Amino acid sequence: MSTRADAIVAPPRIRWRSVSLRLDDFPVIPTLILVVIGLVAIFADVLAPHNPEVGSLAARFRPPFWQTGGSTQYLLGTDQLGRDVLSRLIFGARVSVVVGFTAVIFAGVVGTALGIVSGYLGGWVDQVIMRLTDTWLALPALTFAIFLAAIVGPSMWNIVIILGLTYWTRYARVIRGEVLSLKEREFVRLAIVAGCSKWTIMRRHILPNIINSAIVLGTLMLGVVIITEATLSFLGVGVPPPQPAWGLMLSDGKQGLMVGRWWLTMFPGCCIMLMVLSANLLGDWLRVKLDPQLRQL
Amino acid sequence: MKQYIGRRIGYSLLSLFLLSLTIFFFVRVTGDPAALLVEPGASEADVAAIHHQFGLDRPLWVQYGIFMSSLFQGDLGQSFYYRTPVMELYLSRLPNSLILAVVAMGLSLLIGIPSGILAAVRVGGFWDSAGKVFALLGLSLPSFWVGLVLILVFSVFLGWLPSSGAGTPLHLIMPAFALGWYFAAAHMRLTRSSMLEVLGSEYVKLARIKGLPQSLVIAKHAFKNALIPVLTLAGINLVIMVNVAVVVETVFAWPGIGRLLYEGIAFRDFPVVQGVVVLGGAMIVIVNMVVDILYAVIDPRIRLER
Repeated sequence: MSTRADAIVAPPRIRWRSVSLRLDDFPVIPTLILVVIGLVAIFADVLAPHNPEVGSLAARFRPPFWQTGGSTQYLLGTDQLGRDVLSRLIFGARVSVVVGFTAVIFAGVVGTALGIVSGYLGGWVDQVIMRLTDTWLALPALTFAIFLAAIVGPSMWNIVIILGLTYWTRYARVIRGEVLSLKEREFVRLAIVAGCSKWTIMRRHILPNIINSAIVLGTLMLGVVIITEATLSFLGVGVPPPQPAWGLMLSDGKQGLMVGRWWLTMFPGCCIMLMVLSANLLGDWLRVKLDPQLRQL
Repeated sequence: MKQYIGRRIGYSLLSLFLLSLTIFFFVRVTGDPAALLVEPGASEADVAAIHHQFGLDRPLWVQYGIFMSSLFQGDLGQSFYYRTPVMELYLSRLPNSLILAVVAMGLSLLIGIPSGILAAVRVGGFWDSAGKVFALLGLSLPSFWVGLVLILVFSVFLGWLPSSGAGTPLHLIMPAFALGWYFAAAHMRLTRSSMLEVLGSEYVKLARIKGLPQSLVIAKHAFKNALIPVLTLAGINLVIMVNVAVVVETVFAWPGIGRLLYEGIAFRDFPVVQGVVVLGGAMIVIVNMVVDILYAVIDPRIRLER
């Protein structure tokens, strides 16, 4: 009897499940994490309890407050120069956000522009740009970035330029492919008939139609760019000390690992992981929702 | 076929040419290369001598010619720190890098292939979800952090494994895992999608219609064919591994090429940095070319394209 009653109530339950599935779909937690990191980066000056670049040598290597020897004055402990780890993490968020977003935008603008021009104009322009893209893609990205960073010297804006130079090719490839199919569509042909110039067509008719793909790619690239930035800083060719960058904190903290100073590496590592994981989850979701064509990527 | 191979070799030569040009150009455009080539703290007379010795007072295209001709002779300059030719240093470190890469690759295939097959056979099941999480983490976690966590757990807290250096097989476990996880994730994803494709094909359907049990269909018919793209990727990845291991080698003080590059940066040993990048780039370009050509030999569809 009871099973039958269940069977009758079943339809609304299924509908409820589908609703929750749709909600499930949206990566709430990753988005929240990214928003929080963004806010922390913006309000770093207000939030940080201490100066991230100046410490007191008297208070070196304090553990987090819940361990013996730690105090609530330094919630997440202090590093080898007595600087507050929490404050450095907060200001490190600013470095990651600024480098991550500007590098993604830089690479995105260059790559998208070249992709549109190459795809729409075709001919020798296409040949030249695509040969260049292919060669660039053949180079080992990380080694190339390390090399460039080692030559130009460490600075935050150099890193942005290096990351942009290293990663624009991925946009150019994908965007060009989209433009190739777009330019055969009716509305582009009509625009040609109506007498629009090539420049107008690329700007007014092609660009709005590939912007979705560019955004999806950008979100997915954010994770890659942040890991690369952290790697460069970790190797000492990225953001220069005493600026607080998560990768730099990891590299400073790794000597303390063997004597059990785990907080110096675990906290910045968790921050990098959370940010990259969130960007990847959001990017995957956007890819499925915004742009079915990119699902194969 | 000959035309395809010719074109492919042409592209690779172009890649190598662009690689050399980029390296040459960047070194000179970003400042005086003598500042990089001379040892820190050298006198002005030394700098002038370096200028003359490397022909930096000559026109750019002559300089490029000199740069290329010494490259072709395998001369990458002399390390400041070790006082030996860069090529010699590179070759002495290469075996260590290869050992690490081979073990990491073995590990990544041992993890990636079975879990990919399991995920494909039970799409949407527990193993599929678990595999997705494993892959997502592998692609999102920076390898140096994985390495540091491993050291913290297995060396500091448990004291089971040595935290750095080389010599015994025990030294290999953690670096190989830290390096291999990312690739295990990539291999898992590829195995899964390739397996799904094969499982939907006509000959697998036929095998099922014949009444073969599921285990036999998977082991004898699907598995072998699904493996081809994975093993191809693994071949390319092995070379990429040697070149991206810089971070893992630094964390575990593994004496390979990556560590050499890191030392080059740390000691401002510019010839070493340049040499590692040139050789690494050349290695990847050449392996990509060989793989493409082999593919064309095996699969006629590729060489008929365009």
